[in-house]
Amino acid sequence: MSTSPPSLDKAPEPGEPPVVLERPALTHGSLPRRAAPLALLLWTALGLALYLGADLNPVVAGLIAAVGYTVVICGWSRSVEGPRKAHDRLVTAIVTGAFLVALLPLVSVLGAVLSRGLERFDADFFNNSMRGVVGEGGGAHHALMGTLIVTGLAALISVPIGLLTAIYLVEYGRGALARYITFFVDVMTGIPSIVAGLFAYALFELFFGAGVRMGIMGSVALSVLMIPVVVRSTEEMLKLVPNELREASMALAVPKWRTVLKVVLPTALAGIATGVTLAIARVIGETAPLLVTVGITSSDNFNPFDDRMATLSVFSYNQYATPGIPPEPFLDRAWAAAFTLILVVMALNLLARLISRLFAPKTRA
Amino acid sequence: MAKRIEVKDLDIYYDKFLAVQGVSMTIEPRSVTALIGPSGCGKSTFLRTLNRMHELVPKARVEGKVLMDGNDLYGAQVDPVAVRRHIGMVFQRPNPFPTMSIYDNVVAGVRLNNKRMKRAEMDALVERSLRSANLWDEVKDRLKRPGSGLSGGQQQRLCIARAVAVQPDVLLMDEPCSALDPISTQAIEDLMLELKEEYTIVIVTHNMQQAARVSDVTGFFNLKSIGEPGGLVEMDETTRIFSTPSNKATEDYVSGRFG
Repeated sequence: MSTSPPSLDKAPEPGEPPVVLERPALTHGSLPRRAAPLALLLWTALGLALYLGADLNPVVAGLIAAVGYTVVICGWSRSVEGPRKAHDRLVTAIVTGAFLVALLPLVSVLGAVLSRGLERFDADFFNNSMRGVVGEGGGAHHALMGTLIVTGLAALISVPIGLLTAIYLVEYGRGALARYITFFVDVMTGIPSIVAGLFAYALFELFFGAGVRMGIMGSVALSVLMIPVVVRSTEEMLKLVPNELREASMALAVPKWRTVLKVVLPTALAGIATGVTLAIARVIGETAPLLVTVGITSSDNFNPFDDRMATLSVFSYNQYATPGIPPEPFLDRAWAAAFTLILVVMALNLLARLISRLFAPKTRA
Repeated sequence: MAKRIEVKDLDIYYDKFLAVQGVSMTIEPRSVTALIGPSGCGKSTFLRTLNRMHELVPKARVEGKVLMDGNDLYGAQVDPVAVRRHIGMVFQRPNPFPTMSIYDNVVAGVRLNNKRMKRAEMDALVERSLRSANLWDEVKDRLKRPGSGLSGGQQQRLCIARAVAVQPDVLLMDEPCSALDPISTQAIEDLMLELKEEYTIVIVTHNMQQAARVSDVTGFFNLKSIGEPGGLVEMDETTRIFSTPSNKATEDYVSGRFG
């Protein structure tokens, strides 16, 4: 006796199972192996042709190519491979498209800074300040050093505070105080950077009078921005340390503070170091808070406790905002400073990766 | 070295929740005491009160007395850290410190407490501890490698070596074999039989054969009923618990007729 599935055109008889779930076939057809890249290539070529040949707006051309590819590949896939594969291809196309869109500004910024920044990216640029320079020449030696000093001091202030706060929150904090601290750290994360700058200015104005400008003020302003980042990332890293390790240490009669210092922190060190480095990278390019606290100067000043200092971001802004005549050397210097800043941030990111590799707990025997 | 532990009318709380009620028992030195019972009846909780690890949980507390050779471990003057110095612990899951080598793991109890020790003494301590954990021959050529690279059974023996390296009087083991294969389990059971020459050992286990194999005395924990606190039902020589227990619940449990 054969069991045929109940057909849909007649009502299910009593005693018969009312619904039979559709079961997909085990095999289905598949597109040729190079179908997707080929279709993509074709549509990209079409888009390019529209852009170059038909003088179409590049955004519209790109959009046409993307939509065209998606529709073709999905339709084709649906007819050959079935709906599940077609969905897969659709979502793949959307996800990849979103990624490309996100990448676009990044690449474009990098390209612009690279092409324009290289103009003045020479030895002169790193060996000279702007002292007495009104036209061509000059450099950002003073600004580079200023950035390193101001950011370094900011790190010096924020890392201990942030680290200790995170340790308190994860290892010791219970109840209301910990909740308040967490809340205020969250609030601090959202402070606009100019507000941090004004706060630092107002603070120092109390002691030194109106119009005060010092490198350390910038460090304080940057710390306000940096501390919550350090707290947050350190907190996450400390939470990742398994509780078993704390228990193991406590069971060996190690006091809690020493457990934190010698077991928890070393275990989380790689992550903490990465977090700190990324926090530094996050604030090193800040302009607004430095503009109102550190100001700008054209000569070397490496004393953060005395008067204005130059920093790369403010230098770049300053060169761009108030060019002389002719403006080209000023714009070139602005771009070169921006490029230098990107290189510093990139170096910091690489450093973070290196640190996390060096300090990561080793698992292989 | 080995010390006797007496527990008198111990009630164990998590905040307001009474987890274990009215435990009284005597744990003899130089013997293995096994605690058996169904999940959630408070065996592990009870074990953790013996070296004051229980109170690391926020708001956890106990009432009653735990005496080690007559000294109340919960006395007002007693430093919980000092208690843990006398009573070591091995956990259910092997937990070697991932940042440390095998060598450093063994001497962690010494190093983390900043005790100064000569290099040669340290080497001797490592060898002695690893030998007493039956691990020396397997790792003697790679002492500088990370401890987390060992197999699960080796890691657990490393943790035992770490616990005995600080020379405690009592060793608590919370289901030390539950994550291990039979061969590693065998190795650790043999180890327990050797260690009981020197230490007082208390082991929590879900494996009744294991309790029967290694222990001299067995305590059976149970919940009176759902929602009630757990407690010690019966404690006796292991052979008697597994042959002619005096309590019906114990008999049901050890013969597999439980629940």
